[in-house]
Amino acid sequence: MAEFRLPPNSRIRKGQHFAAASGLKNVRRFAVYRYDPDGGENPRVDTYDVDMDSCGPMVLDALIKIKNEIDPTLTFRRSCREGICGSCAMNIDGANTLACTIASDSVRGDVRIYPLPHMPVVKDLVPDLTNFYAQYASIKPWLQSRTPAPPDRERLQSKAEQERIDEPAACILCACCSTSCPSYWWNSDRYLGPAALLAAYRWLVDSRDEATGERLDDLEDPFRLYRCHTIMNCTQTCPKGLNPARAIAETKKMLVERRH
Amino acid sequence: MSLRSPLGRVLGSGSAKDGTGHWWAQRVSAAGLLLLGAWFLWSLTELTDFAHAEVVAWIAQPWNSVMLLMLCCTLAWHSTLGVQVVIEDYVHGPMLKVIALLVNRFVHVFVTFVAVFAVMRISLGESP
Repeated sequence: MAEFRLPPNSRIRKGQHFAAASGLKNVRRFAVYRYDPDGGENPRVDTYDVDMDSCGPMVLDALIKIKNEIDPTLTFRRSCREGICGSCAMNIDGANTLACTIASDSVRGDVRIYPLPHMPVVKDLVPDLTNFYAQYASIKPWLQSRTPAPPDRERLQSKAEQERIDEPAACILCACCSTSCPSYWWNSDRYLGPAALLAAYRWLVDSRDEATGERLDDLEDPFRLYRCHTIMNCTQTCPKGLNPARAIAETKKMLVERRH
Repeated sequence: MSLRSPLGRVLGSGSAKDGTGHWWAQRVSAAGLLLLGAWFLWSLTELTDFAHAEVVAWIAQPWNSVMLLMLCCTLAWHSTLGVQVVIEDYVHGPMLKVIALLVNRFVHVFVTFVAVFAVMRISLGESP
């Protein structure tokens, strides 16, 4: 059966509190999920008081400040710091988003930071995305064409054709959408999830691609595609403002249309 | 612990090349239920006191019988498809899943036949 409670060794306990120095005027409290795979202990939530007068505005700035100045054992992924690499995807204030594009000021009360939900945790805020990346690889995210490319120029598209792939091609594979999807939580071993399906759609509507039929064949499956029940958490949470739910609906429409 | 590659696990046994019919049938039956449900609610307004004799006489009218049969069958069909999705979502043990899917089918077929028989008996036979 689907598991509705965390297993005993994953239940979260109260952790340490790192108080700020006295006399500071602008202090925010960050409650951060901590898990050390080598410690053999349950996960815990540590709280850090951060002086916001000497901290950048984004949640990622606070995490970096915590790591640099308060607790160097805190582990998280980050790279570009401008919402284009997707590395710092995590659950902040109850919603999956990028730590680098959400301001600490936009969160009321304590800033609660957890790893992306329902994924194995490597350490602290770092989820294991192996299965997620394998699902992306499984949809063959590259151009497939039998017609050879013209020898003297690139394969051309009209402006309208190019605009169809603009949105789905803007996905940064941060995994916010897939890990916000209850269907993905229960069936991530067989359901591809919104991110991989959005990537599949990007190639389905690419006018240069000639494998549309094979791609639809590969997706037509009660679990790979049809576990999507149009819950739309994916669209709600996408930090890039993309609409994976619509891409999935369009894919289902393509499958119905080719039958009639 | 399996040493199979992550991609191998994701690709699994390949696509079932199925599911579109089920998904489309859910939409078609839902659309049918909207129309039949509207008829059902509207036609109930014809009844005055919902007394047994009055309801039996209402069911026995040919047009009402046909519509009620369609409503019962469409409802059962839609429910079968929906419960199947719920089972596939949440029941993961292979044996338990097969049993649950079979029970789902059997119960819905049984309930459909009971409903059809009840309407037909009133419509074609003598009222009880």
